[in-house]
Amino acid sequence: MKEIIKVDDVHFRYPDQNSFALEGISLTVNQGEWLAIVGHNGSGKSTLAKMLNGLHFPEKGRVTVDGIVLEESSIWDIRSKLGMVFQNPDNQFVGATVEDDVAFGLENHGVPYESMVQRVNDALKSVHMEDFLNQEPHHLSGGQKQRVAIAGVVALQPSIIILDEATSMLDPKGRKEVLETVRKLKEEENLTVISITHDLEEATKADRMIVLNQGMVFKEGTPEEIFLLEDELIKLGLDSPFTIKLAGALKEAGIPLSKTYFTEEELVNELCKSHFNR
Amino acid sequence: MMEKMIFGRYVPAKSILHQMDPRAKLLFIFGFICVVFLANNFVTYGLLGLFTFSALILSNLSLRFIIGGLKPILWLILFTFFLHVFFTKEGPVILDLGVLSVHEEGLRQGIFISLRFFYLILVTSLLTLTTSPITITDGLETLLNPLKKVKFPVHELALMMSISLRFIPTLMEETDKIMKAQIARGAEFSSGPIKDRIKAIIPLLIPLFVSAFKRAEDLATAMEARGYQGGEGRTKYRLLSWHKKDTGALVVLALLTVVLIIFRG
Amino acid sequence: MQITFQQVEYRYSFNTPFEKLALQDINLSIPTGQFLAVIGHTGSGKSTLLQHLNGLLKPTEGLVQVGEHQIKAKQKAKSLKSVRQKVGIVFQFPEHQLFEETVLKDICYGPMNFGVSEEDAIRRAKELIVKVGLSEEVLNKSPFDLSGGQMRRVAIAGVLAMNPEVIVLDEPTAGLDPRGQREIMDMFYELHQEKGLTTILVTHSMEDAAHYAEEIVIMHKGRLKRKGSPEEIFSSADELFEMGLDVPDVVRFQYQFEHKSGKKLPKTCLTIEELASAIRTVSDGGEVL
Repeated sequence: MKEIIKVDDVHFRYPDQNSFALEGISLTVNQGEWLAIVGHNGSGKSTLAKMLNGLHFPEKGRVTVDGIVLEESSIWDIRSKLGMVFQNPDNQFVGATVEDDVAFGLENHGVPYESMVQRVNDALKSVHMEDFLNQEPHHLSGGQKQRVAIAGVVALQPSIIILDEATSMLDPKGRKEVLETVRKLKEEENLTVISITHDLEEATKADRMIVLNQGMVFKEGTPEEIFLLEDELIKLGLDSPFTIKLAGALKEAGIPLSKTYFTEEELVNELCKSHFNR
Repeated sequence: MMEKMIFGRYVPAKSILHQMDPRAKLLFIFGFICVVFLANNFVTYGLLGLFTFSALILSNLSLRFIIGGLKPILWLILFTFFLHVFFTKEGPVILDLGVLSVHEEGLRQGIFISLRFFYLILVTSLLTLTTSPITITDGLETLLNPLKKVKFPVHELALMMSISLRFIPTLMEETDKIMKAQIARGAEFSSGPIKDRIKAIIPLLIPLFVSAFKRAEDLATAMEARGYQGGEGRTKYRLLSWHKKDTGALVVLALLTVVLIIFRG
Repeated sequence: MQITFQQVEYRYSFNTPFEKLALQDINLSIPTGQFLAVIGHTGSGKSTLLQHLNGLLKPTEGLVQVGEHQIKAKQKAKSLKSVRQKVGIVFQFPEHQLFEETVLKDICYGPMNFGVSEEDAIRRAKELIVKVGLSEEVLNKSPFDLSGGQMRRVAIAGVLAMNPEVIVLDEPTAGLDPRGQREIMDMFYELHQEKGLTTILVTHSMEDAAHYAEEIVIMHKGRLKRKGSPEEIFSSADELFEMGLDVPDVVRFQYQFEHKSGKKLPKTCLTIEELASAIRTVSDGGEVL
């Protein structure tokens, strides 16, 4: 797997703080993967996300995005490869209408008018918001606004998308809409997705997970590996997915299972097969 | 009453006025404001009235709606009228009420100035009724573009305006939410002595300000992340296109000017 | 303090071209001390319903009775003030209502608006700041120097300081991390148990509704669709799915399991433990152990 982002022993402190928000973080992101970065509120996950986009600079250490080392002079190059969707749907909606907002990024990059119109339309179609071109943001739901934000990002054709807690202010329906949209786009455009979240269910669908705690990397691995640390996760302020908890309860009730991690469907099938002969 | 007020509101519809280029409309308004002062007798005011009325028809908006929406302004116009009627003491007296007297010139001035006021309000309302705020901003930005050469921050101002406009409904919703939260904690905004009511605004203003600053910060971060570096090298998505009807409007204005000059007293 | 809705209807922008029917035909009785969960889509009328509980909105038709107070269409604002002290509402993202120079002053704002003396208000603040999981030293800080989670707890303390008899919670855990969510909900549940506080929880979390509520009400398109115990409500998973609503993870799993295995579990399980032991009993050929 090709490395597309490399974070090397990064340290970062906010200007008026003594303690480090990020302390010695080293990690890599592989091209084409869905990486979930989880951690309690204050663990540094958002700070890390903003650093990848050049919104912060490391005090010590180095960040490399697609071969470009992060420094003052390279941020605009990096920003054309990396798009970010933020947490608050309203506070990233710049345009007066949906199409204006999607066009904003294109305008910034000096894209000529003729290609802009096509790209705006294509981007909105890819997030299923093509019927909302002229809508004003206060008529849209949270999930719709976030999808417009995603359209704004994909219109610039980046290779990496970062979702910075992009679903934490949404209701379950909105969350589902946004995650499905990103998943589909990832496959269609072969994107690398980094999702910063504390939603365990969202993290279970990732290819790989990194758990942050108090500014440091606590653990790295596949969701299966990470969720085995049930109790430790809870101590870190996180939670365990439903299926893990259920598997644990079943074991205690006298129904041991062959594997350690399942999706709900897999668990149902496993139960039916091994204990009910169906 | 706020809902009926039309001054400043945009009402989408299909009409020539709606379809006109905002630049033409802005230039027209500017010209009209000057031209209105050319009228000085019943004929010219009558012609202006005819003209304004035709413009109203062209907007394809319900006349009742427009006139009804101007009711709050009507009071102001009436006030101006009476001010002139009773306090312009020129010409022969036509009505003597003892303490107050109405002079002929006063009546004339009263009528003319009120009419002038009325026409101006009507025509500028037509601008805002038929042009969305963002389109007006676009028109202004394009018209002021030449000023960039003298380092006037046209792009920055236009962007500031469009972002402010975009956030007005959002901020209004937030104001509503904060008000409700504070009322639920016993705040009273609509009763009590004036001094108390002013103090009561603080629990509303401070959270609004704090949230507005947070929004600004978040928005700036998002804008940067999307490649915003200021006006240099930016292209424009919203293009304005000038058509024959736009030139036509300005020609009509020129004609009106000529007619008014001819019929002036 | 009992709360009753009688034939309540509410229309937004009444008598204007923008009129919209937000609530219709609402009949509901909430006995003193109940923990009630209100579930439904965004737009189902939950929020409108909430605002009738303390007179922020008055029904355009019908009657809302809160204890001895009656809230009707022509009610004057003055008489509603005492209802507002008795029914405390914690709105979504309550940290947005903080404004005072210190946490202490902000918590005292509510009670003092209702005539509580400064000393009593301060005493309440000191008690409550610990109750919401913060330390007393936070009282002298500016609320804007705190983290989002801390600010939320301060805001909650500010509502509790009014000593309401009913507490209404509009998605109190929105945006919090899992530990924060657990702590806040456990805190409200404890208060409910300790003080017999009638608690009305509006939530999108079916798990919370199943876990904490004695009674659940489903709002759908401005109407009260169903009312019942968690077991009753979640037994008809199909109906909920049709309304576009979800069910708790445990219920969803039971539903999938029953469909795949063909075996029915003895009852609608609401906790993981119940589910595990129910599956166990069924795997032993239906013998109840």
